[in-house]
Amino acid sequence: MITAGIDMGSRSIKVVLLEKISVENAPQLEFAVRKAHLMMPGELDADEAADKAFDDALADAGLSRADVGSVFATGAGRAQVKFATEGVTEMTAGAKGANYMFPAAGTVVDVGAEEGRGIKTDKDGRATDFAGNEKCAAGAGSFAEAMSRALQLSLSEFGAAALRSDKSIPMNAQCTVFAESEVVSLIHSSTPKEDIARAVLDAVASRVCAMVRRVGIEGEVVLIGGMVHNPGFVQSLKNAMAVETISLPELPEYVSALGCALIAAERLH
Amino acid sequence: MSNQAAAPTSPEKKEFWRWQENTWVDESRDWRDAKILTCGIDVGSVSSQAVLVADGELYGYNSMRTGNNSPDSARNALQGVMDKCGMALEDIHFVVGTGYGRVNVPFAHKAITEIACHARGANYMGGNQVRTILDMGGQDCKAIHCDERGKVTNFLMNDKCAAGTGRGMEVISDLMQIPIGELGPRSFDVREEPEAVSSICVVFAKSEALALLKAGYTKNMVIAAYCQAMAERVVSLLERIGVEEGFFITGGIAKNPGVVKRIEKLLGIQALDTQIDSQIAGALGAALFGHTLMMKQGAAKAA
Amino acid sequence: MIANYGYKDGSGEYYISIDTDQCIDCAAGRACLGACPKQMFEIITDDYDDEVACIKEANRRTLAFDCADCKPAAGHDSLPCTDACTPGAVRHSW
Repeated sequence: MITAGIDMGSRSIKVVLLEKISVENAPQLEFAVRKAHLMMPGELDADEAADKAFDDALADAGLSRADVGSVFATGAGRAQVKFATEGVTEMTAGAKGANYMFPAAGTVVDVGAEEGRGIKTDKDGRATDFAGNEKCAAGAGSFAEAMSRALQLSLSEFGAAALRSDKSIPMNAQCTVFAESEVVSLIHSSTPKEDIARAVLDAVASRVCAMVRRVGIEGEVVLIGGMVHNPGFVQSLKNAMAVETISLPELPEYVSALGCALIAAERLH
Repeated sequence: MSNQAAAPTSPEKKEFWRWQENTWVDESRDWRDAKILTCGIDVGSVSSQAVLVADGELYGYNSMRTGNNSPDSARNALQGVMDKCGMALEDIHFVVGTGYGRVNVPFAHKAITEIACHARGANYMGGNQVRTILDMGGQDCKAIHCDERGKVTNFLMNDKCAAGTGRGMEVISDLMQIPIGELGPRSFDVREEPEAVSSICVVFAKSEALALLKAGYTKNMVIAAYCQAMAERVVSLLERIGVEEGFFITGGIAKNPGVVKRIEKLLGIQALDTQIDSQIAGALGAALFGHTLMMKQGAAKAA
Repeated sequence: MIANYGYKDGSGEYYISIDTDQCIDCAAGRACLGACPKQMFEIITDDYDDEVACIKEANRRTLAFDCADCKPAAGHDSLPCTDACTPGAVRHSW
């Protein structure tokens, strides 16, 4: 049986189609991901975009809606997924997905475009506590994105540049809008772009870390969400959290959608 | 950026957020007749003002954009008004610095926080019935209660977040490509008042504004929705200290009726009127503090 | 004078309020200075020449994080700063 998880983020829609399988002599292989599909909504309305993302994912996997037993939705716009059987919070979905990929996960850090949060999870992937940056762009990916624009670097150049810096300069501004002016004045004072990039990512990391500390750091730390793709941020976060390693999933932006599909499957079987 | 002539912008990159800089001197008096001449300098994050006070009365001012360097901004602001009336720094008896860059006014005799200065300035501008002051500056928002002498009794200042600051207004002016001075009037040129933009965060409000345009809102409607959000935001800050009769608004945003009228409507209270440029309140208060200090010193000498 | 240090942003309202009238002649021997584990309090001479406690500039924009360790979530049922200020001049908004 196939279940689907849809993560309606603020910038993109992620769809995961999951198939329940059984492999002889390998009982741990319980599920197989049939398709992980990402779409940027562009000009479409949110509910149309959800429909299209789902249909595109099904088409790619050679399936139809009739093949899907249950669809669970998560993310800021989950109410827009009209065809979803049920909605779950980002915390529930994130913890489940991260736990599936890293069974020893105790602390899940989720940093997406507009939201960042720290989630505490038990060994079954149930979220037991969380803290987020809700409704403030500081402490989320858009902060880094705005600053990379000010530096005229692409996001990947931005992350790589930060890694080359060996200087840690503090940023005063807490707010994204004020930080932009601060970055501009740093550029004017001929501060190397590498150092500015690092300062920005350190700032995001310190805010994210403060949120995570509110729930406590325990067990394996897993980072999910789009910021996994930014190696500079991962390094800054390690420094801020004072941990040796942070586990990084492949396809980090799909973890919550995967969690959703897993919960759908659990409820179904 | 540090002098007024530096802003001839090319047509393709028009800076819509740029507001009017201005200088004024009381032509009916001559500063040379004054016994005590004091100056207040408010170096804010966005604008800098120099105010001259002759014998305890406002004599002249200059308001301009803050440059990259605080000491230069202070000097330029003062030079602008001194040039207009043929004054030299040596003629001024006492200089008080205030604002975010107050410690960087090299020729100031004293630094006083902008909270105390705004209350004192508002007390002069709006009269001694002023009790609640809302100051919306370039990068902060202050709510102040004061007594009949302009002494602060309760205050809060928000300079952490751009929501509810002039900077937030500049962002929308730039996004809409409409000069900042036109935002207020345009916000009333709508068939019906839209709901406020729901995001508090300026970054999210910006994406929300774009989405509203896409959804078919006219620019004026988006501006109205944004002005309403701005008003709701500052009112929520004011609520922490409460609002008393004798309400006065200072700072650049006082010049935007789109926000002021909406604040008045939300609070059910009219702001007191003044003929004086709302942006100079802090510097004016600083100069008045300077005057009081000179009077005290004079009294001490005479005794 | 009530001095409110802190801010309100999209995530909530975070203020430490100090009633300076009760603070001027401190009856608690400036216990707030030592009580705060982050040493966020300091004594200043304010604009009206009174010696009063305030929150350090650097902490005013980060209170939500700075105070997190003393909050109920961290297992406390009362705050060291408000407990130390026996005259009741220090208040916390959240």
